[in-house]
Amino acid sequence: MPKVRGAVVIDIEACKGCDLCVVACPFDVLKLDTQVNAKGYNPAIPFNHDACTGCKICALVCPDICITVYQYKPEKV
Amino acid sequence: MEEVKLMKGNEAMAEAAIRAGVDAYFGYPITPQSEVIEYLMHEEPFKRTGMVVLQAESELAAINMVYGAAACGKKAMTSSSSPGISLKLEGISYMAGAELPCLIANVMRGGPGLGTIQPGQSDYFQAVKGGGHGDYNLIVLAPSTVQEMADFVDLGFDLAFKYRNPVMILSDGAIGQMMEKVILPEQKERLSNEEIIKHYGNWATTGKPESRESNIITSLDLKPELQEIHNQHLQNKFKTAEKNEVRYEQIQCEDADYILVAYGTSARISQKVVQLGREKGLKIGLLRPITLWPFPKKIISELADHAKGFLSVEMSAGQMVEDVLLAVEGKVPVAHFGRMGGMIASPSEVLDAVEKEINKI
Amino acid sequence: MTTEVITPEEIIKKGKIVFEKTKLMTDCTLSYCPGCGHGVAHRLVMEVVDEMGIGDNTIGVAPVGCSVLAYEFMNIDIQQAAHGRAPAVATGIKRVFPEKYVFTYQGDGDLAAIGTSETIHACNRGENIVIIFINNGIYGMTGGQMAPTTLPGMKSSTSPYGRVVESMGYPLKITEMVATLPGVAYATRQAVHTAKLVTKTKKAIIKAFQNQKDKKGTSIIEIVANCNSGWKMTPVESNKWLDENMLAYFPLGDIKK
Ligand SMILES: Cc1ncc(C[n+]2csc(CCOP(=O)(O)OP(=O)(O)O)c2C)c(N)n1
Ligand code: SF4
Ligand code: SF4
Ligand code: SF4
Repeated sequence: MPKVRGAVVIDIEACKGCDLCVVACPFDVLKLDTQVNAKGYNPAIPFNHDACTGCKICALVCPDICITVYQYKPEKV
Repeated sequence: MEEVKLMKGNEAMAEAAIRAGVDAYFGYPITPQSEVIEYLMHEEPFKRTGMVVLQAESELAAINMVYGAAACGKKAMTSSSSPGISLKLEGISYMAGAELPCLIANVMRGGPGLGTIQPGQSDYFQAVKGGGHGDYNLIVLAPSTVQEMADFVDLGFDLAFKYRNPVMILSDGAIGQMMEKVILPEQKERLSNEEIIKHYGNWATTGKPESRESNIITSLDLKPELQEIHNQHLQNKFKTAEKNEVRYEQIQCEDADYILVAYGTSARISQKVVQLGREKGLKIGLLRPITLWPFPKKIISELADHAKGFLSVEMSAGQMVEDVLLAVEGKVPVAHFGRMGGMIASPSEVLDAVEKEINKI
Repeated sequence: MTTEVITPEEIIKKGKIVFEKTKLMTDCTLSYCPGCGHGVAHRLVMEVVDEMGIGDNTIGVAPVGCSVLAYEFMNIDIQQAAHGRAPAVATGIKRVFPEKYVFTYQGDGDLAAIGTSETIHACNRGENIVIIFINNGIYGMTGGQMAPTTLPGMKSSTSPYGRVVESMGYPLKITEMVATLPGVAYATRQAVHTAKLVTKTKKAIIKAFQNQKDKKGTSIIEIVANCNSGWKMTPVESNKWLDENMLAYFPLGDIKK
């Protein structure tokens, strides 16, 4: 599990399922959903949540600006 | 302060532009109107009033510079002669579609093609029937004196902003080049952005503050149902202009039983024809359209109730004559007299034509 | 020592936003094909304008091409221009509003074919504007015809057997051409198909707008982008193809700093 944790929120309805974020993510966090959105695209969704570092790479390459990225540094317990 | 000067038509128009508080002129040299930009460059209005003057790389660029400046709510103008106006037509159509006010002067020469540098009036159709693509009209002002070359700048901008539509001054090489006495108007202040918004509304691209939606200048609507609504809106504007903006001059039409219709240089010649004809006992008059669009249909139709016939005198193969025919509505015969290729008719040859036509009736 | 166990929901609640859509992009769904590079380029320009705090002082010009509807997506004042004429329109704006920021956003057909004259002369006058030039090697909007930038041998709907340079000419490196003009302050070629390149392109756009602020003259940023629809590839394939083919002919980097 990465030291810095990240999470992405994807605007499923704006997503066009282009796959660019999925391919770009260095930690294989994302995949294209088998379900389709209202426009008929298979949107990207995070599934490997724990691997996300919040590196923003997916958001930077997304042409439709559907991804919001959060980052959190967990406290040591 | 008003000032009386002896000037060329082209120069008078240029000086009037500075005095009308025009914000920007973009042009490209072409005979017989190069004096406009030459005068402006010599006068350096950027120092006098802050007016921008720029020699563009082509007429195409010049009209699109006008587009950019006009879309900022500024008074922007260009001038050219026939071949150059042909190049500007795409931009003019875009401006009509995007509802942008501007002033375009065409100091016509004979065509087609490179034609001649001598005066002509063969761009009438191009000016009054739209010219570029799509359903639109220009308000077209036809000066016949150097004074009108000057006066129509301010009038042109008033109309352009009133209707948010391009206005054209349709002149010709003779009026552009001739020297006459002209009364130049007082210097008007250029308007500030705030004054522009106050007078003409907040539609221009001036930079979007948080307080309003973005202002978009476009002629595009991919949805045909919206594009049709936009077209209907434009047509309504044109109908209003047709109702309110017709301008013309009548010279001895009251008792005339034969009427010449002519504008610009042809109107000057025709005025002489009327004088010569009257001396010979012919009851002839001259109707001089000042606005070629909207065309003075109503008065022509009224005159046709009394007159026995009309002669359209033009430096063309017969263009305005079609509008005269439409206005006369078949009540009496309509004839055309024209010279082409840069030739200017002499009053005596026009008078001969008048007499011939009268004899036919 | 263990780290706190935490769910994505908690990260979103407790964490900070490190990337979100700039408010200068509207909520309209972009009209571009899935995976098209135009979207990233739009966003970068608007992010820079937003971050420089000049949104209320910026006027954009979007001529004909796939990005003709840019005004629906960029939340600033925009003028739509005729095909190829954006640099002339931008000149008109900049001359009457010298203190405002003006940029054009043009495709390669627009900038390097029909608008070559306007481009070269605006650059030659050193118009103090920013030109964003999307080079996707093809006419996207009209359905994938050959552009001046189409690569030798590359297929398009008007070069169905590939571009034959002997009869159709060579791909035009117009950014290199205008870089030779003294009016041009900054000419660079960038791309947006990887996160690293996106970050670099953004820096270039910042520099261009900064140049405008400092009244240095024309800045032109060519962005080599994909047109996956015109190239008839998937978005992922098109980016790979871009990397291997387009960048070989159109190398990235500053041409004039
Ligand atoms: C005067 C004129 N000629 C042709 C067209 C048709 N047209 C529209 S967009 C386009 C090409 C656009 O290609 P490019 O500039 O590369 O932009 P892209 O669509 O690839 O983003 C053409 C030829 C037009 N609108 N106007
Ligand atoms: S933020 Fe980074 S790690 Fe997380 S999904 Fe996006 S690319 Fe993958
Ligand atoms: S890059 Fe954006 S549009 Fe494409 S699949 Fe990912 S989230 Fe969707
Ligand atoms: S046609 Fe090409 S340039 Fe146009 S939106 Fe589609 S992918 Fe983008």
